[in-house]
Amino acid sequence: MQKVRDHRGSAHRTEEALNRKAVTTVTEGKAPRPGSTPKPSGPTSHSPAAKVPVARVPAVQVTGAQSLVMSLEALGVDTVFGIPGGAILPAYDPLLDSTTVRHILVRHEQGAGHAAEGYASVSGKVGVCMATSGPGATNLVTPIADAYMDSVPIVAITGQVTSRSIGTDAFQEADIRGITMPITKHNYLITDPSAIPRAIAEAFHIAATGRPGPVLVDISKDALQAETTFVWPPKLDLPGYRPVAKPHGKQIREAARLIREARRPVLYVGGGVIRARASEVLAQFVELTQIPVVTTLMARGAVPDSHPLHLGMPGMHGSVAAVTALQKSDLLITLGARFDDRVTGQLSTFAPGAKVIHADIDPAEISKNRVADVPIVGDCKEVISDLIAALSGENEAVRPAAYEDWRVQVAQWKATFPLGYTPHDDETLSPQYVIERIGAISGPESVFVAGVGQHQMWAAQFVRYERPNSWINSGGLGTMGFAVPAAMGAKVAQPARTVWAIDGDGCFQMTNQELATCVINKIPIKVAIINNSSLGMVRQWQTLFYNERYSNTDLHTSHQQVRVPDFVKLAEAYGCVGLRCDSAADVDATIKAAMEVNDVPVVLDFVVHRDAMVWPMVPSGVSNDQIQIARGLTPVWDRED
Amino acid sequence: MSKHTLSVLVENKPGVLTRIAGLFSRRGFNIDSLAVGPTEHPEVSRMTVVVDVEDLPLEQVTKQLNKLVEVLKVVELERTASVQRAILMVKVRADMQTRSHILETTQLFRAKVVDVAPDAVTIEATGDSDKLEALLRILEPFGIKELVHSGMVAIGRGGRSIIDRSLRSA
Repeated sequence: MQKVRDHRGSAHRTEEALNRKAVTTVTEGKAPRPGSTPKPSGPTSHSPAAKVPVARVPAVQVTGAQSLVMSLEALGVDTVFGIPGGAILPAYDPLLDSTTVRHILVRHEQGAGHAAEGYASVSGKVGVCMATSGPGATNLVTPIADAYMDSVPIVAITGQVTSRSIGTDAFQEADIRGITMPITKHNYLITDPSAIPRAIAEAFHIAATGRPGPVLVDISKDALQAETTFVWPPKLDLPGYRPVAKPHGKQIREAARLIREARRPVLYVGGGVIRARASEVLAQFVELTQIPVVTTLMARGAVPDSHPLHLGMPGMHGSVAAVTALQKSDLLITLGARFDDRVTGQLSTFAPGAKVIHADIDPAEISKNRVADVPIVGDCKEVISDLIAALSGENEAVRPAAYEDWRVQVAQWKATFPLGYTPHDDETLSPQYVIERIGAISGPESVFVAGVGQHQMWAAQFVRYERPNSWINSGGLGTMGFAVPAAMGAKVAQPARTVWAIDGDGCFQMTNQELATCVINKIPIKVAIINNSSLGMVRQWQTLFYNERYSNTDLHTSHQQVRVPDFVKLAEAYGCVGLRCDSAADVDATIKAAMEVNDVPVVLDFVVHRDAMVWPMVPSGVSNDQIQIARGLTPVWDRED
Repeated sequence: MSKHTLSVLVENKPGVLTRIAGLFSRRGFNIDSLAVGPTEHPEVSRMTVVVDVEDLPLEQVTKQLNKLVEVLKVVELERTASVQRAILMVKVRADMQTRSHILETTQLFRAKVVDVAPDAVTIEATGDSDKLEALLRILEPFGIKELVHSGMVAIGRGGRSIIDRSLRSA
């Protein structure tokens, strides 16, 4: 007897889904010669899938480089962030003539990559960055890894040395395909000019569909220079790529059963809900079921912070209500989240009494860290819609009253342990206050982009998010220097919105060269530097866990009047407006002054108290039950009152 | 820990072996053996990977493999429901006194002598891992001068093919 176990996807996927035809032909696409015809419409913001727009083009003789640019035009690309160099040079020539693809010349390839991420994160469209071979390509490695961790759809196009020279340690040669294999969803090395349109079309399709992510296309210089025939649309040939969007009905019914039986359920909402554009349907689900919600760092804004059932962010710096609700829950309804160690703390003690429903479009996330009782492979929007249907039937309707005691309980935690901070005695500025005021004055229609560290956590805690895609940060990889270039990309995608980079003095110094790009290309972002003159989060750990031995965390950017560099002067040197604020009384006026400037970037240097710490905190590696609301202060849980 | 045999159908494209080997190493999975070769379809290669993992990590391995765009299908072949073979070539020290003993062992294991030198014989043997290990245990006392072992290949028993359905649409 043959017993063959098929492991593709969840055990619950149908044979039909397993064998779904995967060779798809790109829908008709308009592919004008570079610079000759009007812009085709790109994918809509509601459909991140690479819908290739309209019209076939008759085959034309072009160079590989032209074929690349025509492919980008046919795919509706309107913006490319990049820097030219030797191997990619041929591609930059036809780019000059394109009227539909705007190339924005950045100052460092890392900036191009993060800008593409920012662009993709706010718009849902695929972000594009371009670089030359060798160092150009390796400088993209950090943003590519970042996009991989946070499931951001970007396509990176790199030049490669001529195919004859590959493997000879030629000038500016690096095996970028090999280097990026572990950090891309897929990647290509193209040496045949006729393969360019298909590789580009496949790259966009892979980046945008299923679990989004980065795709790299490395093209040798001779392939860019050679004559080829451009044919559009190309035939996609991806027999091994079959993302499943539609969840399995049996799993949905099983999940609905657990939801009806639960008494202490919590919606554990992750970034997948943002990427799936599922906020509206999630709101319906919450109204129907009246189940409390937590939103992870990647999901801030998926449910409005003003919603009474929203308990805030879970995890290491989560709210007491969110962390505790998960710990005491009897059912986690996990939507597009991945049980990251920063959320679970010590995994073995995480939510010990809870059954787990885990819905994710990536089957590999399910039961990776925490075993799911009900695994559901599918797009979050579809999963939530199906759950609503399954919980609305006459005999199967969910009874929100069943969770009433639990709602009272979590509301009590929320009221007893609100997020907060204590101002310092010496009248120095509290960083939390600054961030709170930026959020309040600029409002929920703005976009807030953070770097990584204390300011990131405060921005996640103290800005009130009311809509999805208004909060962008580097969650998985934790890339310092993310904010300025990502804000730049976000502003390019949505020029009508106010875009804030809430940055640290350490982060800002890693990528602030993109201020030049912003000034020259008229991308007026607002950068608020939360300047504590330190690598603040590291300093916080040194305070708490290393006996206040501050090894290499002093940045000399404001403490004791030493300013290396002086951020206001630096801003002015770039042609930005620079403003400094060091007292609470001036915070509102400074923010309002920045709101008035809309033609150039503004850099605000908020000189804040050095010893402010991020609370609550669950120390690394311990149970979430040990959450501390301030140093040494753990809430008492089992009070009778 | 237990051994599992995975048959991985992949697109026959450059770099696909690197992708698979890289995936195993970066996710911390131990490969016991790996064999790659062509199939009846020129565009498809087949890898047989023997991994030493618990059941839950095994599920991770297969899911992560399936995420690779060039992977068409992953199937675990149970030991009892499949035929699993590796090839072994071993150069054993042999002189006038020991040669006949070695030849006897070779026959017992239905192995073949493929080369003879005054001081050694080279034996080729095919079998599952138990048989090959047993052969080596017997040959060891004579003195093993050199040994080469292929990766395991495996195929399911019975009339069904794992390749049919996955390629119907390809």
